[in-house]
Formats: sequence, structure tokens, C-alpha cells
Amino acid sequence: MKLLTHNMLTSHVKGVTKGFPLLIKATEVKVNEVEFNSQFVSRMIPKLEWGALVQAAEELGHRQDLPGELVPNYETNEDFLKKVHRVLLEVEVVEGCLQCPESGREFPISRGIPNMLLNEDEV
Amino acid sequence: MDPSVENSVKAVRRSKEEKKVLRKQLKASHTLLKHEGISTAPQPTKSLVVANGGLGNGVGREELSTVLKEMGEVETLLMPPQKPYAFVTYRSEESAQRAHVHLNGQKLQCGENSVTLYLSYVDSVTCEEENSVPLPEGLLLVEDFVSPEEEALLLAAIDWSSTNDDVTAQKALKHRRVKHFGFEFRYDNNNVDKDKPLPAGLPEDCLPVLERCVRNGHINIMPDQLTVNQYESGQGIPPHVDTHSAFEDTILSLSLGAKTVMEFRHPDGRLVPVVLPGRSLLVMKGESRYLWTHGITPRKFDVVPACDPESPAHTTSDLGPNRNLTLSKRGTRTSFTFRKIRHELCRCAFPSTCDSQGAASAPSPSPPSAPSIPCCHADATRLEEEYVHRVYDAIASHFSSTRHSPWPRVCHFLSSLSPGSVLADVGCGNGKYLGVNPELIAVGCDRSSALVQICAERGFQAFVSDALSVPLRTASCDACISIAVIHHFSTQERRLAAVRELVRLLRPGGRALIYVWAFEQEYNKQRSKYLKEQNKEHPGNLSPINDTSDGIQEPHGKARMHTSRHLEDNYRPGDSVQDVSKVIDGKLSVHTNRTAFNTQDLLVPWHLKEGKRQGGEESGESGKKDKRKEKSKKTSGNSSSPSSVSSKTRLDCNRDPSPVFDSSMSSGSGLDTSDATQGPDFKPKSSGDTIKKSSSILKSESESGPVPVFHRYYHVFQQGELEQLCVQVAGVKVQSSYHDQGNWCAVLEKE
Repeated sequence: MKLLTHNMLTSHVKGVTKGFPLLIKATEVKVNEVEFNSQFVSRMIPKLEWGALVQAAEELGHRQDLPGELVPNYETNEDFLKKVHRVLLEVEVVEGCLQCPESGREFPISRGIPNMLLNEDEV
Repeated sequence: MDPSVENSVKAVRRSKEEKKVLRKQLKASHTLLKHEGISTAPQPTKSLVVANGGLGNGVGREELSTVLKEMGEVETLLMPPQKPYAFVTYRSEESAQRAHVHLNGQKLQCGENSVTLYLSYVDSVTCEEENSVPLPEGLLLVEDFVSPEEEALLLAAIDWSSTNDDVTAQKALKHRRVKHFGFEFRYDNNNVDKDKPLPAGLPEDCLPVLERCVRNGHINIMPDQLTVNQYESGQGIPPHVDTHSAFEDTILSLSLGAKTVMEFRHPDGRLVPVVLPGRSLLVMKGESRYLWTHGITPRKFDVVPACDPESPAHTTSDLGPNRNLTLSKRGTRTSFTFRKIRHELCRCAFPSTCDSQGAASAPSPSPPSAPSIPCCHADATRLEEEYVHRVYDAIASHFSSTRHSPWPRVCHFLSSLSPGSVLADVGCGNGKYLGVNPELIAVGCDRSSALVQICAERGFQAFVSDALSVPLRTASCDACISIAVIHHFSTQERRLAAVRELVRLLRPGGRALIYVWAFEQEYNKQRSKYLKEQNKEHPGNLSPINDTSDGIQEPHGKARMHTSRHLEDNYRPGDSVQDVSKVIDGKLSVHTNRTAFNTQDLLVPWHLKEGKRQGGEESGESGKKDKRKEKSKKTSGNSSSPSSVSSKTRLDCNRDPSPVFDSSMSSGSGLDTSDATQGPDFKPKSSGDTIKKSSSILKSESESGPVPVFHRYYHVFQQGELEQLCVQVAGVKVQSSYHDQGNWCAVLEKE
């Protein structure tokens, strides 16, 4: 699971009103090099919940020096975009779990795949 | 084309416009010929392929032969079964040229059916040299077993005018007349009351015949039960195995009157049509009696070997592709079935069909434990768990290997999204759409963790979740796709909830593309690939092994809705559609792969076989290798680096649906499935299928060992149903909708 995906995922347990962002409890993290494309990254940024991305990067120890607030004119800031690229596309959680911030429900991540299935009583 | 030609084929003076149409049709016919693997020759030869002049198109051998012979001396005329074309070889090239010039574009009238012939030269007449299908083990056909005099005597011995039911238990079944002697066969429990013999024993006129049967060793004990069935043209009997516990091993069936074709089916899907000429005796023993079902498809014409006075009589049962075949109009046939009542439990070697050995007893027309259409939420989730989720997990790898090529119009939708758009593929399967447009931020989810695992291995971002509760932020997506997913939900509420969940994910202005399988597999006179594949996979093969027949025969006794309509005068296209939503006894029926649907809620078999393409595949896909796989891996799914991937995609998107000869043609399988006369109320009343089935997995033994067959639940959508579903969701409008290769499709836009 890349942090890009994490940035879109939310807890959907019945009754939970604030299921985002999911907390990451990783036991195995890997960094895969991915070809950098500044245009792609800068197109991605407006789609993100910035705070959640920074928090997730922090949890995994890959925040680098990413600011808590999105910088202006990031489109032309290649250094910044490369850092975003790294946390969004290169850092991957292989094993661990995601935890609902409200209910505490944990969703396992195994071989890089989050299992977000709910039990019948949670839907 | 020479408009001045005069011969028995009516020459039509053509305008320029008509000539143009003709050229186009010719071109289309060539293209389909290529699809059929027949290459045409540019130079004149002695042989021609006659497109549209085939048995599969309702053209009889006699009519075609007459017309062809007018052009010169015909050496051979080959009419492959089920095919919409024929091959003719003339003695001389001049004759062939004459036929090419004069018959091209001409109409041929066959009864009430008219086809336009198109001819092209071929270098050689290719007919697959396949061995003719062997008869089921234990089956014996003795021709001319009774003399015409005996035949008349026997027919006269049956007094159909009698109304004395107590004596012979005459029953007017809906689709045939039947009379019982000795013991009444009860259609309510598919058995006999062994302690209640009928007052009338077997007719005396039968005794000489039966004594001959014993003497010749066809049976070793005198039968004590007789059922006489009378079939008018167009009538039949659903496939069945005679109840094991009711009758002893050998069953004798004497055919009187018109000939017919009886179909024997093995649970592994083998199908053997057997021509039963008048005055012939059919002896069913062993495997053919205990394991194979037998039945007669209700229809008015059969494909039979052409009359050839020199051919030895015993080959008339051979329907192999090398025989000269033609159409035979059915007449009235009366069969005498002689059986010996069994007084002890059956101890045959076929427990899967033996009611004495625990197989469900016969009465149920559908597999006994076939699930019902769910009536509550809990039922629905249980059904989907067993007949969707578990199946996909079990077949994931084989399923994925058959899902190579993205459907062109889905690609087109994906390519139309602006770079950097967020895409959610809800029900992404093996992820074949996740890499189609690398400029998207694509994420997929699927209920099957085995399939999601395949996505991950291909380098895509995917997670496991249910389509009714997708764990993505509300309004986080620019686009969603739901391809071949919503038809797996078993109630209207759940299908609606699935659409609602898709819409929730969309941002305002975002678009969703939904594909569901269509009830209508033939639309605008075009048969979907799903139906067409049948012929491609088994060219010239009258008994395909896995795809057209799955060993569970038409669970509601409804013969399959046929696709070749030329043979029937009274066919009304609406007939088979009217009652599709009704399910007769609440049980789900099992679909026969690559045939038209006859109900909306059904189970579709998946024949699991490693390394081989099988029949479960939905429309629009072909077995191409996915070159995208490696590419997407390299770019880790979400990279924007422009690559050759997109151009490859575009090539695929341009794939045209295969053209057909012309609109009047419906190539194919119609001849062995055609049934114009049966409405949806046709229930099998004779001893029914006794195939045991306890879950979505049916193990059927075949020669090569067990081949697991899985059943997936589907709700196939009728025209307009998808749109009606979507408009029930607030805040969304249906931007467009269309039919694509047997699927109904809609593009939604969130307001």
C-alpha cells in the first residue's frame, strides 16, 4: 500500500463519523524507486488531504522535512515535488494494519494489500 | 454481376446503390470467413464457399443443391452442421465460375425462409477430419427392427380415443400424448406404484416384438411396463435419466413413424445426437441408461444425414461432420418404451445419478439443492457469499488468465479522462483496467482477495473491500468504473445500493461507467461475442465438450432459447422474453454456457481447467496476451511517464465487433438448440435430472479425472433496467447508455 492509496482510504465501520485518516501500524515498510514525473506529482497534490499525508509519512519515519502546510507555487518547486513523490509513490507498507481513529477497528495489511472487509454487524 | 442472366434463380436488376450494398456485404462475408478460419482464393478454382447457404442458416441440402446444379456438374456439396455456409466443388472450373457470376447476391428461397447467397473461391474444401462421435457406452441402435406391417399393427394397437384412464393411464401431457401399460409411470414422483399394476397388461401385439428382443439378447427378461409417447412435429421431451429405482438396467425404445433426433448428454458435457429412424429399436444399457440423460429437443426440423441410397443403413445414426447433412422436417413419431420394474434397490456404478444411492430423487427439475432467489437480506448475502465470493476466490487464477484484453469502450472511457484524474475501479478483478491509462491515479478494489493479490503482483494499487461499502473518502474520485460487478448482487435493493455507493465516491461533475451483463445477447440483430465464441471454439463440432453444455440440462425444462430463427414459422421474438423475470419454482436455473439466457437470475457454470480457456468468459474478450502487464509494473501503476502503453491501448480500443454475413444471418448453434414452440411453462414431467449438487461446486467426473465446475450467480439486466436503477439514485444523471457485446452500459454524471 502506497501512501497515495492511504490518503484516499477511510474507515467505513457503521456509526463512525470520523474515520479519516486511518492510523498506520506498520511492521514492514519498503521503499521502491519509481520514475519521477513532476507533472504527475503536481497534478496529484490538489487531490490529496495534505495533513493526512504528512501525518502518515511521519508515522512511517519518512516525513523528510515536508511542511505541515502545503507550500505555494509547488508546481515549480522540483525539490518539494520529489519529496512528495517519495512519500506518495515510493514508500509502501508491506505488513501491518490500518486502524480506525474513532472505533479502533484494525484492518490488516498483508503482502501490501489492505483488507478492508467488514463483518456483517459492522456494515 | 450480370443482370441479364436468366435461370431459375430470379435475377434482380440492381441499382448502383444496391450494387454498393452488395459489395459491402461481400466484404463482410469475407471477413467472417476469415473469422471462421476459411481463406478464400483470389483466382477461380473448382470449389466455392457459399456464405449464407448453410444448414445453420435454415438452408436445406435439396434447395441449395438444385440451384448449384444449374451451374454445372457438382462433384461434392458439403454442408457442415450448424454453420451458415456450405462448400461446393464442381467438376470443372468453368462451372464454378458460372456459379460465382450468376449466384452471387441471389436470393434462395427455402420454405418461408429466404437467404442471400455470396460465393467465393476456395483452394480446398476444408472439413475437419474428426472422428464421428462414438455412441454412449451401452447404447445400441438396431434399424429396421420391426417390419412396416408390424409397425402398422403396433400403432393400431394404441387406442388414443380411449378415455378410460384407469386401464391404460392415458395422460395428455402438455407437450406429448402418453399412455401407460402394465404399471403407471407417475410424473409427480417419477416412479411407479409397484404394488398397483394397471388392469391392462402390455398389448398382445407387442409380444412377438418383445420375444424377439429377448431372443436376440437385447434384454434378458420380459419387460412388464410400457409407456407409449406420441410426439407431433415440434414436440419433445426434456433431458432425463430414467429413475434408477423404478426400472431395471435395460430400457428398450421402439421408434415408429417419423424419424427424430435424440440427444444424449454426459454430465461432463459430451453431447451425442442420435438419429432414430422409424421402425428402429434403441437399447439403453449400463452407462447410457444410468448416467447419460436422453431427451428430444422440441423443434420442427432436425439435421440428419442426407438420403443416400448407397450408404449402408447402419451409418444413419452418425451425425459426424463428414456426413452429407440436410434438414429433415419432423412428422409424428410414436415411441414404445419397454421397461422392467425393479423390485430391489439399484446398485449401479453411477451413484451421482442413482436415487437408490443417495442422489436426489428425480422430481425436482432443477438440481435439488440449487439455491433460491433470495427474498431477504440475509439470504442475499449468503447466496452471494457462496455463489460469487467463494467462487471467484477459487477460480481467481484461471479466471484471471482468461481476462487479458480490456473492453474497447471501457478503454475509451478511461482514455477520455483528463490526466491526473483519480479513478476507482470498484470490482477490479485482476486489474486489467488499472493500467490502461497511466496518466490516471488509479486504485482498485475487489471482494476477492485472490484477485486483488494478482493486481498487487502486477504493481497496481488495490485493496479488498465490498462494493456496497467502499472505504474511500466521499467525493474523492473524478471517475469510477464498475465493470461486470453489479450483476452479481442478488436483489434490486443491493444493486441499487451498489450504484449509490459508486455515486458517493464521485466528486460533483465526476463520471461513473457501469457495465452489466445483458439478458439480450442478441441486439440489433447482432449476436454478442459470448454467443459467437461457441462456434469459434468448436468449429464444426456438433458435440462441444465444455462450453455449450455443462452437464446440467436446462434445469427448468425450458429448452434453450434458440438463436437461429429461420426454421420456425411461428416464432415471435417476444415470446421468450415476456416471462423472463419469473422463476417457476423459485429456484435459480443453471445457464448453459454460450447460449441465450432464458431467465434473469441464474447460475453460470465455470469449468475450471488449468491452462485452457473455458466457457465462462463474458463477452468482448479474446485470448490475447496482456503486454500491458510488464509496462505497468515498471511504472508502478501510478506513474505518469508517457509510454507505449497508451498507444497499445488505443489499438485495442479500435477493435471492431466481428461483422456478419448480413442481417438475416444468425450463424450458429441454432439447429441443435432451436425451440420455437415451448413457452416458459414447459416443465419436464418425466423422470428428471438427478445430478447431485450441494454447493457452487459440482464435481463432474470425466475420463481425464474430476473437473470442478463452479457456479456464479448473475442477475442479467434487461434493456432499460440499468438506467431505471441509476435514476433512483439522487444527485446523478444518466449521461448515456448503450449495448456493448452483450452488456448494458451506462455513463453517470454526479450533479
